[in-house]
Amino acid sequence: MDIIFNKVSHIYQPNTPFEFKALENVSFHIQSGSYVAIIGHTGSGKSTLIQHLNGLVKPTSGEVKIGDYVITPEKKLKDVMTLREKVGIVFQYPEHQLFEETVEKDISFGPQNFNIAQEVVQKRIPELLKAVQLPENILQRSPFDLSGGQMRRVAIAGVLVMDPKILVLDEPTAGLDPRGQKEIMDMFYRVHQEEERTTILVTHSMEDALKYADHVIIMDHGKVYMEGPPLEIFKDQEALNNVGLDIPEVIQFLNKLESKFHISIPFRGQSVEQLGKEVAEAFKRGDKSE
Amino acid sequence: MSSFIEFKHIHFKYQQGEDWALKDVSFHIEDNEWVAIIGHNGSGKSTIAKLMNGLLFPQEGEIRVQDLVVNEETIWDVRKKVGMVFQNPDNQFVGTTVVDDVAFGLENHGIPREEMITRIDNSLRAVNMEDYYNHEPHRLSGGQKQRVAIASVLAVAPELVIFDEATAMLDPKGRATIMETVQQVRETKNVSIVTITHDLNEVTFADRVIVMNEGKVWFEGTPREVFKQHEELQKIGLDTPFVTQVSRVLESKGINLVKEPINHKELMDELWTLYSIK
Ligand SMILES: Nc1ncnc2c1ncn2[C@@H]1O[C@H](COP(=O)(O)OP(=O)(O)OP(=O)(O)O)[C@@H](O)[C@H]1O
Ligand SMILES: Nc1ncnc2c1ncn2[C@@H]1O[C@H](COP(=O)(O)OP(=O)(O)OP(=O)(O)O)[C@@H](O)[C@H]1O
Ligand SMILES: [Mg+2]
Ligand SMILES: [Mg+2]
Repeated sequence: MDIIFNKVSHIYQPNTPFEFKALENVSFHIQSGSYVAIIGHTGSGKSTLIQHLNGLVKPTSGEVKIGDYVITPEKKLKDVMTLREKVGIVFQYPEHQLFEETVEKDISFGPQNFNIAQEVVQKRIPELLKAVQLPENILQRSPFDLSGGQMRRVAIAGVLVMDPKILVLDEPTAGLDPRGQKEIMDMFYRVHQEEERTTILVTHSMEDALKYADHVIIMDHGKVYMEGPPLEIFKDQEALNNVGLDIPEVIQFLNKLESKFHISIPFRGQSVEQLGKEVAEAFKRGDKSE
Repeated sequence: MSSFIEFKHIHFKYQQGEDWALKDVSFHIEDNEWVAIIGHNGSGKSTIAKLMNGLLFPQEGEIRVQDLVVNEETIWDVRKKVGMVFQNPDNQFVGTTVVDDVAFGLENHGIPREEMITRIDNSLRAVNMEDYYNHEPHRLSGGQKQRVAIASVLAVAPELVIFDEATAMLDPKGRATIMETVQQVRETKNVSIVTITHDLNEVTFADRVIVMNEGKVWFEGTPREVFKQHEELQKIGLDTPFVTQVSRVLESKGINLVKEPINHKELMDELWTLYSIK
């Protein structure tokens, strides 16, 4: 299922004194099966954009296509459930998607809505808990009596259980501890590849965009500012700085080595281990400043 | 220096029959000190924050804020001294507009009208939200909500400010700006700062770090001392910043870094001492 935005604008509270244009003429084409990172400063329109993907908000003008499902300003959404079955969204604040009495009921809520047999869900729960690293004894607790990071994990499990064809993640690592961040992002990537899923990641982590995405869309004040493969986007430090963003830390580090020591190591996605080795070798060989 | 706040052998659980969320937790925070609290999800960080300003009370042990023992009778005095930015800003908003929200805390603290206006302007400007005075807090973007929540507490300028993952939704530049603002406030006023965070670079701003693990204090030390515990940190769900990781590898390849750099500048400076030809 390709995703196509065609000149999409979105205005909040139109025709009131509070009218606010959050998206302006946004167009792009996301190929089925790709992993796209959406980046932009606070308030640039990222969350507004992704809420179009399951019809939570509609364009004020323009058109959104998800596979053959078309969303236009004029028409009422029809069979919106068929869309929501395919597009799973993990919201920016997990509190906004938790509401049941127990964690178990919360995770089962989506499937129930789509008439998936309870036994099927029950069978999947252990594997889901493992994916988000929660213990089984959490199932009977209230999702509101959990720590922030635990809530985040429940919210993620509640979306994964649906096996959505398109998985949309709005800053999914906020609130996760460092191990959780790494392992859950790796898990998303694994399923992305195995299931040929389309994954859309809204993130402030340039590192994650660089590591996982094959395409990056940069937003600025409601408009698409740049798009392309991560390595190309992150070459242009100045362009990013102009819209309040920065390049990934590892590239900053390599740039500093270059300007201070004239050591030039191109970034090709090396691990820290590999990178450190290359840097050490360069220093030892003596390709250093004169 | 004297202690601003002290935890003495604190035990806390949310419900009868549950496990302790905090087990024998003791520490203190000095006047004007900046302490970071880190730890895996569910290790007890937010619980500590809520105990600090009397939203929760321990079953065992004692918490002191200056000369006050924190209990039901003292909470109003404690809350005048201890302000908190919550992990989820929606839990904190009281005003129907951004400007009302910031004003609310100031009114509560009996700040005179003239002074209020200055403080509102300054704090909203400090977080780059000066264009959003009349917006509804609940209709802001995720990061904008966090900025307003921070402004509301900064405006009141309590003696201890707790930031519970208050910058988690900000872009890296936004995060850095807030950290600088906090740094400035601390330099000009006698305030103590507690930052609860999973952002390892944010940890490097602190004077001291308390590492929590399964409800207990696992380690206390400077950021440099904490990040020396590389493998051990990974075992308890944490990690070290990029600079520390690169330094590790460089050292294992025979590059002798002396003082365990914790930011880019320190690393570059050390390499410069070793490899530039004078
Ligand atoms: N309201 C509550 N009722 C019952 N248990 C709770 C409640 N809030 C937290 N807990 C439990 O207490 C423990 C400590 O939670 P706390 O919120 O202090 O963790 P934290 O270190 O802040 O974690 P995170 O990094 O995920 O925010 C966790 O096991 C959590 O499930
Ligand atoms: N419900 C709403 N009503 C009115 N304005 C809104 C609403 N939600 C968002 N906005 C405004 O629209 C703009 C875009 O918001 P959006 O939430 O899409 O930003 P974002 O890129 O996700 O930001 P962040 O990184 O802070 O989460 C912001 O300026 C915000 O104030
Ligand atoms: Mg957002
Ligand atoms: Mg917490």
